[in-house]
Amino acid sequence: LAAGVITKDLSRALQFVEQLQAGSVWVNQYGALQFQAPFGGFKESGHGRELGRYGLAEYYEMSSSDSQARKVEIKYTQIFINNEWHKAANGKTFPVINPSTGEEICQVEEATRVDVDKAVKAARKAFDIESPWRKYEPVARANLMRKFATLLRRDVDYLSKLETLNNGKSVEDSKGDILASADCIDYYAGWVDKITGETIPGGCDQMIFTRHEPIGVCGQIIPWNYPIMMMAWKFGPALACGNVIVLKPAEQTPLTALYCASLIKEAGFPPGVVNVVPGDGPQCGNAISVHEDIDKVAFTGSVEVGKKVQEAAAKSNLKRVSLELGGKSPLIICEDADIDYAVSVAHRAIFTNAAQNCTAGSRTFVHSKIYDEFIARSVELAKKRVVGDPFDPDTEQGPQINDSQFQKILSYIESAKKDGAKLECGGERAGNKGYFIKPTIFSGVKDNMKIAREEIFGPVMSVLKFDSYEEVIKRANGTSFGLGAGVITKDLTRGLTFAQQLQAGSVWVNDYDAVCNQAPFGGFKQSGHGRELGRYGLEAYYEVKTVVIKLV
Amino acid sequence: MLSKLVTRQVFNHGLRLTKRAASTAAQQKLVGDRNPQVNYRKLFINNEFVDAIAGNVFEVLNPATGDVIAEVADASEKDVDKAVKACKDAFRLGSEWRRMDPAARGDLLYKLADLFERDRAYLAALETVNNGKPFKDSYNIDIPHCIAVLRYYAGWPDKMNGKVLPISGDFFAYTRREPVGIVGQIIPWNFPLILLCWKIGPSVATGCTTVVKLDEHTPLTGLYVGKLIQEAGFPPGVINILSGDGPHCGASIVKHPDVNKIAFTGSTQVGKIIGGEAAKMVKRTTLELGGKSPNIVFADCNLDTAVEMSHFALFFNQGQCCCAGSRTYVEEKIYDEFVQRSVERAKRRKVGDPFDENTEQGPQISHEQMDKILDLIESGRRAGAKLLVGGQREGDKGFFVQPTVFSDVRDNHRIAREEIFGPVMQILKFKTIDEVIERANDTEYGLAASVFTNDLDKGIVVSNGLRAGSVWVNTYDNFDPVAPFGGFKQSGLGREKSEYSLDSYTEAKCVTMKISQRNS
Repeated sequence: LAAGVITKDLSRALQFVEQLQAGSVWVNQYGALQFQAPFGGFKESGHGRELGRYGLAEYYEMSSSDSQARKVEIKYTQIFINNEWHKAANGKTFPVINPSTGEEICQVEEATRVDVDKAVKAARKAFDIESPWRKYEPVARANLMRKFATLLRRDVDYLSKLETLNNGKSVEDSKGDILASADCIDYYAGWVDKITGETIPGGCDQMIFTRHEPIGVCGQIIPWNYPIMMMAWKFGPALACGNVIVLKPAEQTPLTALYCASLIKEAGFPPGVVNVVPGDGPQCGNAISVHEDIDKVAFTGSVEVGKKVQEAAAKSNLKRVSLELGGKSPLIICEDADIDYAVSVAHRAIFTNAAQNCTAGSRTFVHSKIYDEFIARSVELAKKRVVGDPFDPDTEQGPQINDSQFQKILSYIESAKKDGAKLECGGERAGNKGYFIKPTIFSGVKDNMKIAREEIFGPVMSVLKFDSYEEVIKRANGTSFGLGAGVITKDLTRGLTFAQQLQAGSVWVNDYDAVCNQAPFGGFKQSGHGRELGRYGLEAYYEVKTVVIKLV
Repeated sequence: MLSKLVTRQVFNHGLRLTKRAASTAAQQKLVGDRNPQVNYRKLFINNEFVDAIAGNVFEVLNPATGDVIAEVADASEKDVDKAVKACKDAFRLGSEWRRMDPAARGDLLYKLADLFERDRAYLAALETVNNGKPFKDSYNIDIPHCIAVLRYYAGWPDKMNGKVLPISGDFFAYTRREPVGIVGQIIPWNFPLILLCWKIGPSVATGCTTVVKLDEHTPLTGLYVGKLIQEAGFPPGVINILSGDGPHCGASIVKHPDVNKIAFTGSTQVGKIIGGEAAKMVKRTTLELGGKSPNIVFADCNLDTAVEMSHFALFFNQGQCCCAGSRTYVEEKIYDEFVQRSVERAKRRKVGDPFDENTEQGPQISHEQMDKILDLIESGRRAGAKLLVGGQREGDKGFFVQPTVFSDVRDNHRIAREEIFGPVMQILKFKTIDEVIERANDTEYGLAASVFTNDLDKGIVVSNGLRAGSVWVNTYDNFDPVAPFGGFKQSGLGREKSEYSLDSYTEAKCVTMKISQRNS
């Protein structure tokens, strides 16, 4: 929580100020609490800061074909620790499946607790106060990050095929993900020398300042829906702030993360700064969440697992937690909307990435005056959607990630039929191999139906009808989620009113899923903690140290 | 030792490219091209090199020899009009420049920085031929610093957030940080490329368009940068570069009704004229002017460091630094020893051919500057200050002045009050903290100051008490791009580098919308 040092020596004092791990450091005095000066703990002394401008941060939310597949060479299947490749401690491997065929692509080393320990040790060493990484000038860190981004761009053709092979999204989509990931890393590289602490107007004979210091070893657990992009969102702010990383890619999609690990080494990052441990949740992810020597865990995935991660973090060493979880995001189409435009936005909002998208616009609220026409046109568009081999350039929608997701989605479709929603199109498997599902639309969906309450994570559009704007805001907010929301209207005041009243971390007006590197992204309510992207994204990756120097 | 220290000093503070580049530079023997080709002598307007409309040219000299290197186009009012017109077109609403994504503006700066890196040796040689500074410094300090500054600003365009305001009533209010518009930028001759980068960095980052006037003594590297701007892919008219003098070219920029902002670096005397003219049209103005910066050395300091850094503070760049530590206040207890060691150090300073790798000090920029410096030295001698070393012209070719040290300088001596802008060190004596703060602040300037002490309290108390835009403790001339630079009092208005510099290139626009109902 706090520390003090009494000395007359300028350089010694400043050295203590840098090296003491405490939220407040007082020089030549002790216990100097001030309204202006942030106060709060490192490590198990607590989360967040009280007092000062930083104290406010705790109290606001921010709204803001097979033939091809065989050609993709698999280069890395081992655990990446200390810039070296390792076999799993338990000698086991697990299969990685091509979702387009259901067939095995390769076996990957399975990291468990022992391997996580090893990775944490490497990371800890890389984070030692005297380590090269800690001594790098900000610009040197930025240069490494920009180099890494350049390598992602250099290898975009290979990486996009690998991503498509492993995840099932179209090659074009994979390319888009990778280029956006490189931009994200570049964006955060630009932040490195712009993360400023503050000097704070103290009482007389006092000098108060804050340092924004890296938290330390960050465990990062990422999902399978955007494997490379979620990695970039995690690496960017963590590296910009000077942290070290133990990354667990999803067990379904570890291949691109492992290849990227080789790029981390090629870019010239010192050993131990980035470690990649492929493994499952119960063994590997859990080992990260409960680890006593990991300072922060960042998780993107389901609400169910997010709760476990936070609980494990709290019970172990009170590590910092940032969570980006599920959603059941509303998209509201007002009566004044251009209907063709609204239909295209709503289509994209749900079906993008085979609907495996935490922000998917999965509750489409349409004004009763335009409801029938909206349904008719949406069905027309959904029927045109090309589902199939993600290596085929015409394909818009690939397979779902695996059999369990595939089955789960089909069961949601069944439940909707039983609950009385009207199936307008789709509703079944596409083809007889892999995990493809036809774009599905239900009309007449009611708020209390399962498909209107639970996250499906599949290509199922649920269209609900509304009459008044007061009503639809209440209904849109009547969920435990709060990740994204959209409104399509030509009315300026209405657009701004919705933007204000919708309970969601991102509200898009006349667009959907307009995610960009500069704009913070994250959830209200059970959709998560903290924000990724933008300047806000940095906040989850530094500790604030308050230094008070008494002038004696 | 100085070069080592200076190199370390500068490199330790972010001016370096990469570790590898720095170590390669240290290993290789640096040989600069004494006769770099001068390929660009015309005005750079709309991404094209054009002659001055009146067809006039002026001569550019090599200050180490006094010989003419080249004749370059001499811009006057009509050329300024043309350049401003180019700016205006580029800044038109809906133009390529105005519609460009913020990150794409950043990419242009990254690209420009890469081109500086590619042409580092050429740029350094050209800078040295034209300015006279040692090639070693051009290569190891000036060009790497330019690259660092351009890359620093490259990161800003997509990070300049406005704010959403907690307004009362049923309103929605936010701010946008919009580019100030067409900017006139007037660059001096002491750091031709560095100060060009300090100016175009924020102007590009914020989305302004600009007319740059290079100094008439040192236009060569700036014109070459025109070619790099073209190569980097900037849209035409975003950056226009003119060579010309103050009374014709500079004045036309300042008086031009379509120029929204003036950024000037130069003397306080000219700064006041520019400030006055700009005020007539309420132009935004940033001025980075002269200084007479105090350097305070306490008895409890590390004397070796203090002597070396004080020497560096004054003599770096032939003393031609606006922030030169030109009043060295030394505590009585160590005064004699400090003076003696400083004199020894000045005697060892190697003056001469700037392309010689052992040279620490090249020529002053012009005969006129040399004469002015010699005149001030004479005034110091006559006023009773003790001339301990130097005091004269060095050689009879070029504009070299010997490293000069005066002791027993009094606060009212001209050499303790006026900016000399040459290799002349004034050492003054003090007894107490209060006294030295008062004396250090007793000047119309307030650009920089420094303190040498190992005492925590003194370091903070004295730096808090000094009226200066930059205060360096146990160091001098730290120019990291993240650190703001600019003057208190008559040393200027506004700040360059750092996030602060963006403020003077942007207008805050507050948009307030009536909405039906506001909630928290």
